[in-house]
Amino acid sequence: MTTQIENSELPQLLQSMADEIHDSLAGKNPLIIGIHSGGVWIAEALVDILDIAFFDAPLGTLNIAYYRDDFTRIGMHPQVKPSDLPFNVDDRHLLLVDDVLQSGRTIRAALNEIFDYGRPASVTLAVLIERNGHELPIHADIIGQSVNLSASQHIKLSNNDGLKLEFTTNGDAE
Amino acid sequence: MTNNQLTENGHLRHFLTIEGLKRPLLTEIMDHAEQYSSLSHRQVKKVPLLRGKTIVNLFFENSTRTRTTFELAAKRLSADVINLNISTSATSKGESLLDTLHNLESMHCDMFVVRHNQSGAAEFIAQHVAPHISVINAGDGCHAHPTQAMLDMFTIRRHKQHFPDLRVAIIGDILHSRVARSQIHALSTLGVGEIRVIGPKTLLPSDCKTLGVHVYHDMEAGLKDVDVIITLRLQHERMEGALLPSAREYFQCYGLTDDKLSIANPDAIVMHPGPINRGVEIASSVADGPQSVILEQVTHGIAVRMAVMSIALGAQSEIEAQS
Repeated sequence: MTTQIENSELPQLLQSMADEIHDSLAGKNPLIIGIHSGGVWIAEALVDILDIAFFDAPLGTLNIAYYRDDFTRIGMHPQVKPSDLPFNVDDRHLLLVDDVLQSGRTIRAALNEIFDYGRPASVTLAVLIERNGHELPIHADIIGQSVNLSASQHIKLSNNDGLKLEFTTNGDAE
Repeated sequence: MTNNQLTENGHLRHFLTIEGLKRPLLTEIMDHAEQYSSLSHRQVKKVPLLRGKTIVNLFFENSTRTRTTFELAAKRLSADVINLNISTSATSKGESLLDTLHNLESMHCDMFVVRHNQSGAAEFIAQHVAPHISVINAGDGCHAHPTQAMLDMFTIRRHKQHFPDLRVAIIGDILHSRVARSQIHALSTLGVGEIRVIGPKTLLPSDCKTLGVHVYHDMEAGLKDVDVIITLRLQHERMEGALLPSAREYFQCYGLTDDKLSIANPDAIVMHPGPINRGVEIASSVADGPQSVILEQVTHGIAVRMAVMSIALGAQSEIEAQS
């Protein structure tokens, strides 16, 4: 079964995510972290909606390349920007943001990396799209939209002239 | 011609020399090093990338800085490290070297970091190791020291950014310097505007021109308009070999003093691969002065070696896929 999402729905999805984030984290001085690259775009959009003052520090970014579990299979990944957490995570409430949650392996890697920076009080996971295909016991707390796709279908967020979801079938896109 | 440092897909599998490598590969090393540099600000300064890998530092020649930074680099990638300091015996070298290698292979090691006083040693080892092992050259004779050159390029990029705009001068014993040779290859691959070498005739190679460098025997002319100054260590045995009259005279002609430094561009940086001979190739006031980036070079050595190690071991996935 295929659930397509119209790109025109994106602002609504982001708004409802922001509302949920507000409800669950207001008053906790949360810090926000996006995972490169799509997660950073979503995190930026959420910061715009919620207002920069909602978070206690500028947006942090994670590049999980050195924490992936497929190094011995496919080697190094091409470079994106380095991880940059411009704050101390110890005893803080973190909002971790990614674009698509599928296997859960990216989030596993991100959590491992975060814990190399310190010991947060809590981590809340927000994703724009949650799709079927979980391989680890990792689930999102805040979800823009859940979709059910066949194994040959892929979903990808792009950011040329604004955020856009792209659906491909049986592609090599990941 | 195929480059035996690369996999069929053009990825770095061994790192033996800069010669023959293309610019994107050198840039890739520096980009990864940039990422690894950011680790030093964290509580946990290591990443789990090479967990379960075993790296052997195979040093047939003494070294403190290079061996230590390779060891730290491996540990920050979560690899296990063994340090072997093997003093060379001129007579038994050939056979014992291969025997040593095969023994280490039998222990399921993944990478050899090799330093040897014979040019070509790392390449020889790379030719004879099992396919699942990567070899990194940590200095071979007068031939090459590619990780040193890359950490120098990384240091330059940190300060100067755009290579084509730069004039770089290397001062000293170019003839016997594996560091200078690798630097020249790296600088020209990265498109540096002008590379100069400055030194006495006895310490400059006769083929300088073919390397695409400008030759100066005089510091005043050589340092004019220069953005980056690289001083090289003067080895004591050069004096014994009658190539130079004395350390004092060398310092007078080619030692980098404040006066000579003032000839270069005011924002020029001063580099040295270490260990430095104060008062021989460089004055203490310059080595410790505001334009010196010598200790930064040491720091960057860790991140650059992490980059090289992870890229080379990452390429092993291709080799395994083929076998």
